[in-house]
Amino acid sequence: MTKDLSTETTLENAGLSVEDQQLFSNARPRAYEPYPIKAVEDFANWARANSLWILAFGTGCCSIELRPLMTARFDASRFGVAGRPTPRQSSVFIIGGYVSVKTLKRIVRSYEQMQGPKFIIALGSCPANGGMYFDSYNTINQFDLYLPVDLYVTGCMPRPEALLGAILELQDDIKAGNCDGANRYIEHFDEYKANQKKVIKDWNMPDYNW
Amino acid sequence: MIAEWLGRIGNFSLTLLIVTVYGLLVGAFIERTIAKVQGRIGIPYRQPFINILKTLVKRTAVSHGIMFYLGPVFRVAGGIGTLAFIPVIYGSDTFANFSYAGDLFLVIYFMFFGQLGMALGAGESGHPYSAIGIARGLSQMTAYEVPFALAVIAIVIQYDTLSITEIVAAQQGGWQNWTLFTNWVATLAAMLAFLGMTGYSPFDIFLAPQEIPIGPPTEFHSAFLSMLQTNRAVFGATKLILFMNLFFGGATGWVELMIKTLAIYMIAVVVGVAFPRFRVDQSIRFFFKYPTLIGIASIVYVQMVIAP
Repeated sequence: MTKDLSTETTLENAGLSVEDQQLFSNARPRAYEPYPIKAVEDFANWARANSLWILAFGTGCCSIELRPLMTARFDASRFGVAGRPTPRQSSVFIIGGYVSVKTLKRIVRSYEQMQGPKFIIALGSCPANGGMYFDSYNTINQFDLYLPVDLYVTGCMPRPEALLGAILELQDDIKAGNCDGANRYIEHFDEYKANQKKVIKDWNMPDYNW
Repeated sequence: MIAEWLGRIGNFSLTLLIVTVYGLLVGAFIERTIAKVQGRIGIPYRQPFINILKTLVKRTAVSHGIMFYLGPVFRVAGGIGTLAFIPVIYGSDTFANFSYAGDLFLVIYFMFFGQLGMALGAGESGHPYSAIGIARGLSQMTAYEVPFALAVIAIVIQYDTLSITEIVAAQQGGWQNWTLFTNWVATLAAMLAFLGMTGYSPFDIFLAPQEIPIGPPTEFHSAFLSMLQTNRAVFGATKLILFMNLFFGGATGWVELMIKTLAIYMIAVVVGVAFPRFRVDQSIRFFFKYPTLIGIASIVYVQMVIAP
């Protein structure tokens, strides 16, 4: 039985109108292999761990804990952490607290525009189990059904120290080569997309935001 | 002939390497200084190098077309090209680069080149914030080039040459011979233009991280961004070296160069941490007002006081 390459390598983009489909890429994202030489990959991971650029997109109320990181009291810049205003250049996405369905759509768009390897820290209890919004009609309860999470920081809300600790732990994980969320997302792309489309009713964007 | 050219290219590569490393270290030093002012520790000195490495080893990159590829290439060509025609160390054959009789003319052109290439590349990325950043950046650049060009014309009249090496040679023999003291009017006009060139506050509207993400390079990522970061260091250091050569007597060794360029850079940094940001219309009006008048005055000053 031969595989049908036309459906294997392209996305349907069924959410877009016929005219809009011409404007967006329908290529399916590919998983990326690490460098063949282990020492090179380790060196690259060391560089990735020591230069974490956080996407400045506060998705919920826990994002208020992001701001003190740059102040004199916590000063995350000494660990190579910097804020980056555009998803194209950032490598860490911090999900700041509860995720409403409306925000989830924007989070998916932003996450897919980030260039791999990319990492997600889910901050607060809400992305883990819904937190105090567990029975809300418009927030999601378990964030890693929709995007791959590398690290959870629980609490309502966590102190900046906890977030700083999480960043240091993420650095150790990256150096050890354990953070491969971007590839996990690609490998289970169809499941993640099905979950996303289940909650996002007005899907009017391409299936993968290149 | 070929051996001589290979030697000169080798020498220039050495200069480029030193200037790049120096530019990155100065960037980190300034970041740390600002952090100390704010009561923070600040980034480690190796941070700019790691940032470039990290963007280089990103696993994915998307393109928006041919000009998108060429934008960073033009930008880097502008930075390296500017450096290539500036004699870095006075009296040294190794670090004289490709300077020749009319190099000042070419350098002024080359400083424009990278920005225009970047404008084309960022324009193709299709991001509206890129377009806004370019519109603001180019209009501000047009504004600060006026006092700078007037100041350069003044010192060209003063020293009667278009060669940077000869301009530096004329300033040798003690600090009282520097353009800063022989023609302080032109230096003042050029230093005001320099504030606009460095892109610190109050003239950082074209980057404006809080409003238009970061202006022109919004869509640039991965290896494109690492080229832009490298160019930022090279071009920044090159502008400092040019100003040092034209107005502060040049340098006869690397230590003198580093002290002088750092001092020149600190002017922009001190102004930057002290003043809030201008809107684009305010900054353009500013450059067309006092710096331009001072620039015209510098030519009058040269003609009436120094030259006759």
